[in-house]
Amino acid sequence: MTHEIGLQIRGGTKVYPGTRALKGVDFDLRMGAVNVLVGENGAGKSTMMKVIAGVEQLTEGQILMDGQPVHLGGTDDARRHGIGIVFQELNMFPNMTVAENIFINREITRGRIDIDTAAQREATRGLMRRLEHDIDPDTLVGDLRVGQQQIIEIAKSLAQDARILILDEPTSALSAAEVEILFRVIADLKKQGVGIVYISHRLEELIRIGDYITVLRDGAITGARSMEGVDVGWIVRAMIGEASKDFAKEIDHPYGAEVFHAEDVTLPRPGGGMAVDHVSMSLRAGEILGVYGLMGAGRSEFLECVIGRHPHAGGRMFVDGKLLKTRTVSGRIRSGIALIPEDRKNDGLVQILSIRENMTLSSLGAFTTGFHMNLGAERGTVRDFVKRLTVKIASMENPVSSLSGGNQQKVVIGKALMTKPKVLLMDEPSRGIDIGAKAEVFRTMRKLAAEGLGIVFVTSDMEELMALSDRIIVMSNGRVTGEFDRKDATETLVIAASAKGHAPTPVKEPAA
Amino acid sequence: MTHAATTPAPQAGSANLLLVLLKARTFIALILVFAFFAFAAPNFLSTANMVIMSKHVALNAFLAIGMTFVIISGGIDLSVGSIVGLCGMVAGWLVLYGIDLGLGWSIQFNTVEICLIVMVVGVLIGAVNAFLITKLNVAPFIATLGTLYVCRGAAMLFSDGRTFPNLNGNPEYGSDTFRLIGAGDVLGLPISIWMLIVVALIAAYIARRTPLGRYMYAVGGNERGAALSGVKVNRIKFFVYMFSGLCAALVGLIVSSQLVASHPATGQAFELNAIAAAVLGGTSMSGGRGRIGGTIVGAFVIGVLSDGLVMMGVSSFWQTVIKGLVIIAAVVVDQAQQKLQARVALQAEAAGK
Repeated sequence: MTHEIGLQIRGGTKVYPGTRALKGVDFDLRMGAVNVLVGENGAGKSTMMKVIAGVEQLTEGQILMDGQPVHLGGTDDARRHGIGIVFQELNMFPNMTVAENIFINREITRGRIDIDTAAQREATRGLMRRLEHDIDPDTLVGDLRVGQQQIIEIAKSLAQDARILILDEPTSALSAAEVEILFRVIADLKKQGVGIVYISHRLEELIRIGDYITVLRDGAITGARSMEGVDVGWIVRAMIGEASKDFAKEIDHPYGAEVFHAEDVTLPRPGGGMAVDHVSMSLRAGEILGVYGLMGAGRSEFLECVIGRHPHAGGRMFVDGKLLKTRTVSGRIRSGIALIPEDRKNDGLVQILSIRENMTLSSLGAFTTGFHMNLGAERGTVRDFVKRLTVKIASMENPVSSLSGGNQQKVVIGKALMTKPKVLLMDEPSRGIDIGAKAEVFRTMRKLAAEGLGIVFVTSDMEELMALSDRIIVMSNGRVTGEFDRKDATETLVIAASAKGHAPTPVKEPAA
Repeated sequence: MTHAATTPAPQAGSANLLLVLLKARTFIALILVFAFFAFAAPNFLSTANMVIMSKHVALNAFLAIGMTFVIISGGIDLSVGSIVGLCGMVAGWLVLYGIDLGLGWSIQFNTVEICLIVMVVGVLIGAVNAFLITKLNVAPFIATLGTLYVCRGAAMLFSDGRTFPNLNGNPEYGSDTFRLIGAGDVLGLPISIWMLIVVALIAAYIARRTPLGRYMYAVGGNERGAALSGVKVNRIKFFVYMFSGLCAALVGLIVSSQLVASHPATGQAFELNAIAAAVLGGTSMSGGRGRIGGTIVGAFVIGVLSDGLVMMGVSSFWQTVIKGLVIIAAVVVDQAQQKLQARVALQAEAAGK
């Protein structure tokens, strides 16, 4: 069975400050089929889709539709060409109703002025029936669960009658039942001749639903073929290539005494319930503790409780056996805890400051006598850390935003290490950095652990978890649902534990 | 002009030269304005005129220094003009009446004590601003807009809207030296200029060489990131608003001493001039970027421009129009600089790998 090609990218290159997201890619999008797109975080999948959706423009190269070059200068252009996209990050207006969100900028009007609310509501109900969800069109989007919001995003694209529909990780927040519904809708769209691009990290899902597969690595396409005969092994090889096994080799070293201990940590969720629900764990010096869980399992929130970001969090924490009395971030840092946040851009770095100023932000006290800061000593220390962590920079005075993701991450790590921590918390330390830098970050983690630092790291990447952790904790719905020694841990066990408490998801049964 | 010569790339040479020019734009503008008036306005270059002009500039420069700190940390302080008025009235009241305790006698103060009390008043109002912003979560624009009205009203209430005249002080109480703040000279320079030099140097030192200064930039650049790095964000905000209040109090003192009178409407719209000077000097309204040196140059551009236009006999209506155009032009050029900077970096990156 062949499908005609509806859209092509030829020689597409996209440069961002600090990174090359796409390196001359050639991509074919087939109509009436599901075109699956895989690759690691930061491989360039989302960038490529943003280019197609008109959100970003190619630095070089062109886009062809039905053989003709087209210019997609904005989302309006893309929409005119029948391209719809459901973004990975939800782009909704939480202060508006479901119907208003679905018809934003395409309102059904009487005489172009008066919005026909009734018609919009009716159309929304129709869409919801099609998606088998019982969501009232007048609900505020902010009141919906993330999974439901994702359904609304999908409905929004359906409402546009798109010829090409891009779904960027649409299932990441959906429950198993909701995924089934989505798959039925996709099959339906396929029959109508819609070309679908489907991005996901769940490989089994891809093999099940895809007709064609394209694999991206480091901004380049490393494999593109029809789905027939493709198995997980092939995808993984194309995704991570030969460099994949370059995870840090284990350095065997004895663990020290218990360095950190948390008891009954709780954090109420704003909408009720618990984001972190009585979590306890302990960590020994030199140990790497991997924390695994699905999105929203409360992993990041737990780390934030430990660093003191949430003053109203409950529970007790001990460093070196001493109870922490301080509840402020600066106090926790002084007690020997350091955090490398998940969101490097918004939490980890001050983008407009220089590399030097970012690195020393947590430890300026070390260069200060009274009021006076010794800039020479500061530069010296930064130079040491740049060398130690092999950060590639032209000058430490350049803005940190000019660095690539991997080097930015090293700056954040440097900032944390400068506070001389005993416990290092790392939230998704490999997110958005390329493979080479990843391996280096992992090597650094190993080395630090060997030097006696206790490390807690949160990850969603199974391979990373298995390769790096000395011990594994699995969280689900704010609770610890599993704890394994590395020797006993298998992927199946870990995944089963991460789904605990998710089985009876509070989804209303579809009414049809 | 910190990293003027850090990125030498041969093919991007012209772009780099343009960047250096753009970065020094306020300074170039000052020289151009200065040169223009030196030719166009008679007596512009005379020593007497220079002294008068720098006295005018000093008032705005004080406020602009405080404003720069506030804006760098990501806020705005609209209340400074009213603090100037209120502090002037407090100073006038203390010189004329002292503090009447209602016991049939009053406490009188000497000049130094008056200055200290007035400065404390300014700092306290700044602390109120910071309290509203940090503890009660009021947006800086609204919080300081509120104190703008409150302070102006309070200044009017002091005298029922009348002027406190003849602040000559009383030698018996040691307050007769109050006039010297505005009128006195040391080594040929007016005292207010010496004060400005001291405050500017301290402020520049704080910004460049103390953790406090570094934290201000960090809070303005990324408040969440700074907080997660252990920066005590609220403390930094208290400092900047209190410092801004202090600067305004100094201006209140200087103005009432120069005029030997204090009027409750003094300082109206001063906050706008201060913001203008900071922006002209390259301070980014979104926070995280700005320098004291730039702000001083910005204050001079505005001051020289308005005084020069007066000397040329240009109508005050046109002066206002020209001032507005200069501010808009400054921001447009600033945007162009940002864009060019980003493009140079992007090209280097695309060529590099």
